Amino acid sequence: MNDLHVKGVSLVFPGRRPGEEVHALENINLTIKSGDFVVALGASGCGKTTLLNLMAGFISPSKGEVLLDGKKVTGPGSDRGVVFQKHALLPWLNVIENAEFGLKLQGVASEKRREIAARNLALVGLQDFHRHPIYQLSGGMQQRVGVARALTCDPVMLLMDEPMAALDTLTRETTQELLVDVWDKTRKTVFFITHSVEEALFLATRLVVMSPRPGRITHTYELAFQKQFLKCRDARAVKSDPEFIRLREVVLGIIFGDIKALNAAKGSAGV
Amino acid sequence: MSSGKRPSVVPAAQKAERDTRSAGPGEQFGAPGQGSSTLISVATIVALLLLWVAVTEAGLIRPVFLPSPRAVLQKFLLVATEGFSRSTLAEHTLTSLYRVFAAFFVACVTGIPIGIMMGVSRVARGIFDPLIEFYRPLPPLAYLPLVIIWFGIGEFSKILLIYLAIFAPVAISARAGVRSVSMEQIHAAYSMGATRFQVVWHVVLKSALPEIFTGMRIGIGVGWTTLVAGEMVASTRGLGFMVLNASEFLATDVVIMGIIVIGFFAYIFDLLMRFLERVFIPWKGKL
Repeated sequence: MNDLHVKGVSLVFPGRRPGEEVHALENINLTIKSGDFVVALGASGCGKTTLLNLMAGFISPSKGEVLLDGKKVTGPGSDRGVVFQKHALLPWLNVIENAEFGLKLQGVASEKRREIAARNLALVGLQDFHRHPIYQLSGGMQQRVGVARALTCDPVMLLMDEPMAALDTLTRETTQELLVDVWDKTRKTVFFITHSVEEALFLATRLVVMSPRPGRITHTYELAFQKQFLKCRDARAVKSDPEFIRLREVVLGIIFGDIKALNAAKGSAGV
Repeated sequence: MSSGKRPSVVPAAQKAERDTRSAGPGEQFGAPGQGSSTLISVATIVALLLLWVAVTEAGLIRPVFLPSPRAVLQKFLLVATEGFSRSTLAEHTLTSLYRVFAAFFVACVTGIPIGIMMGVSRVARGIFDPLIEFYRPLPPLAYLPLVIIWFGIGEFSKILLIYLAIFAPVAISARAGVRSVSMEQIHAAYSMGATRFQVVWHVVLKSALPEIFTGMRIGIGVGWTTLVAGEMVASTRGLGFMVLNASEFLATDVVIMGIIVIGFFAYIFDLLMRFLERVFIPWKGKL
């Protein structure tokens, strides 16, 4: 129930020169079970954002299909809430108007949608900021409004495209903790993209490592560091756990290996 | 921006501290031309007025070329009370205001939707782009004869001429404004179940508002510049008519007075637009 299946998905773009093809994704198979927190990690150009865009329905695969709850994904819809790297909020609306925007589009009565939006803003710790204009909030708070907004339509899953990439390190750490709590309380299925190995290991119940040229999944890890955090409430303790550090180096090794291979390939091609 | 505004009354101790403190970031090596320019503007205007008084009072220039400020003011009072060309100044002004604002209103009501449509629809862009881009650079005086041949010499032709001048910048800026929406904002709306119409109405249109406002400001400015052309033929009233008529009688004082009145209303309206911009688009330039 409510699972997301990516079945044999490939995506080929036409290249710059005629006849040239760029294989952005090749034969991706991935099942995200209801309640999973799946994080995709990989060097630039490994196709992780493309994969998220396919799940969101912003683009269609060249081959294969994406199924949510058994139904083929053919376009964007309110069953998949998206949080973007740049917040993508609407600056002419204040915090709560942004949070309730999806319900307004769906024609939900004003009182009802206020109530739901307020609940979600409280979930991300913004209960005291309802009337604030978006442009007066810090980057971290803007992203939290983005999460609340995505939750307000009560989606089956959340798709998060490097939502913390633009935050400073300290804000990032606290936002990660907040996100684990939100996930724990809502039990929403999450597909999350990041460049940060530490962030990936900390958040994921399942970590998917992707490699570039062509974009494909090379490694998968089942993880429980966020459960550890939910028990002990000490993020730094979790992140300095010997097992965490060991895995971090393993995954970093994979990604740096990919980057080296990519550079070597470029070198031999005479670029 | 805020660096230009300082409290007007500074306690002595604080003032001493300000004089000795080091410059804040951007004050020494910031963007060139920062800070308030109000004082310089006031000084420039005062200097020009003084120059005007000096050369006219000294008799350096004959009044037919440049009447003195006093003569212009007297003419202003005379035209305001007794009128010029069978109409008082208020009647001339109201007639012109009506023509400019009727044209402005219709240009906004038609230009903004058409501009937005050009931004979001290939078909609308294909239809309107060549038409607007063709007539936009034409001087209104060039197509004034056509307007008169087709629509006569009545009120409609006058407003139409001003309307055409305002329509182009309003539509073009609305179209350009469509581009200020980010792909993420559109994607986010679709992911919350928005229809295509809702995306245009709730996201694209609002994103375009800052540029639409700029277009409206440019548009009304162009409208004022077209006023004289619009009132050239078969007018009996209006500021543009008054100026043209006065020039035929070499009534330079009335010409200058009319120019000042037109400039005054144009400037007041621009201030009003800037005020409305701050009220309705507080987010402008902040994201």
